[in-house]
Amino acid sequence: MRIFLAAALVALAAPAFTPARADEFTKADLELWRKEYMAAVDKGRGVFTDPKLGTNGVVCAQCHPNGSNIHPETYPKFQKQMGGVVPLWVMINWCIQNPLEGEKLAPDDPRMFAIQTYITHERRGVKLDPGKH
Amino acid sequence: MVKTLSRRALVKGASALAAGGVLDMTLVKLAFGAPSGAGDFTFAYISDSHIQQIEGGKFVRNWDRGLKRAVAEANLLNPKPDFVMFGGDLAQLGKKEELDHGLDLLSPLRYDVKYVLGEHDYYLDLGEYWADKISKHYYSWDHKGVHFIVLNSIIVDEAWTNKWATPMERMLVMAGLDDPRGSPFMVGEKQRQWLAADLAKVPKSTPVVVFSHSPLQKIFKNWNFWTDDAEEVQALLKPFSKVTVIYGHVHQIQYNQIGAISFHSVMATAWPWPYPETYAQEGSLLPVMTVPMNRADPFHERDATGWQFVDVHTGNVALSYSLPDNSPRVVAYDEKLKRPRDLQYSERTIPPHMHY
Repeated sequence: MRIFLAAALVALAAPAFTPARADEFTKADLELWRKEYMAAVDKGRGVFTDPKLGTNGVVCAQCHPNGSNIHPETYPKFQKQMGGVVPLWVMINWCIQNPLEGEKLAPDDPRMFAIQTYITHERRGVKLDPGKH
Repeated sequence: MVKTLSRRALVKGASALAAGGVLDMTLVKLAFGAPSGAGDFTFAYISDSHIQQIEGGKFVRNWDRGLKRAVAEANLLNPKPDFVMFGGDLAQLGKKEELDHGLDLLSPLRYDVKYVLGEHDYYLDLGEYWADKISKHYYSWDHKGVHFIVLNSIIVDEAWTNKWATPMERMLVMAGLDDPRGSPFMVGEKQRQWLAADLAKVPKSTPVVVFSHSPLQKIFKNWNFWTDDAEEVQALLKPFSKVTVIYGHVHQIQYNQIGAISFHSVMATAWPWPYPETYAQEGSLLPVMTVPMNRADPFHERDATGWQFVDVHTGNVALSYSLPDNSPRVVAYDEKLKRPRDLQYSERTIPPHMHY
């Protein structure tokens, strides 16, 4: 309780650095979020070039330099392999299972988040076009 | 008139193959306009097999299959090619085991094989095993009135070459096509001097065919679709009236014309690469005349891998691309336009060949 009060007093003394409202955020917040995002991009690049992601040493970047020819902006779309409309992560698992001869990742696996972050980052600036082939 | 050979005529008995009878290699036909066809000859081109060791005697199945198929079908060619070119990147990480396994897979070829060195063959031991067991790094020869030259176009400066803690670290960096720690390829001054001396002995009217691994033109630096001293090499070739440069490395169809020099890429047997324009963050110098193939569909294991036969019509080439999972393509020298032209897909407006 004492700590909480102390924190509240600090907050009152320096409102510019610790916003109390949900609709307020600072430059420091933006920098932090950017840093976190770029860390996720870097982590994704690491997974994308990790020979241990599959079982045969083949890496994603071998066929997809700079994450190209994945076109994340075109998902969800019909994938012939799946016989239906799927989001990008399902297609990523197809690649892990087939060219990489590996085990698929859970959709909430942190590596799956990271791969998608990297792929999407490399395609930034391209407009969304779901369903396009 | 550009005369091209039909795939059926070339691949006698291809139907004996269960997998559809399409070749992951290139057949080059050199035709010099003699009405009888006297003096015509062909050669085949297999490239970029990227044989990749998993461990011990285990290798990546998909890449093995691409090369095996090319070799099996090359042996069925009719008319028989005079020789086979291998266009570089036999190995993925330059290991002896990969090169040896690649040579094993090539060994059933019933033709003389000549080799171009790729960066994946080179950056582990700087081409020592290659020179010892496979081929010189650069050389030339004459065959039926054509002067053939092989260049090692994938070297980089010595500072980069020597800065790595281990040879494998260097190899892994160079094997990453998009690794920003890489360095631009070049032919280098020593080889350019050799080339100048070699060409000095050749009459200017003799058709010259140059094989390199990287394009001897600048297309996309990020992925080393690039040779840093391309202009200097082109200048040495400029006095010749008919020059063709055939290169691997890019795993896709490209063609261009710079002066009297026609440029053609050959396909990989291993996997396709996207066209540079699909990387939204950098500009591409893909030759404007190149009509790209449709983007790869991994549903088909051999999609956008393939072979081509090239008809050097009166010293200028026509490449016929025969692609296991894709429609065949013919890129031929057009006498009127004085440049290569895709005979069927001459414009980008055909939906299957719109690239984005």
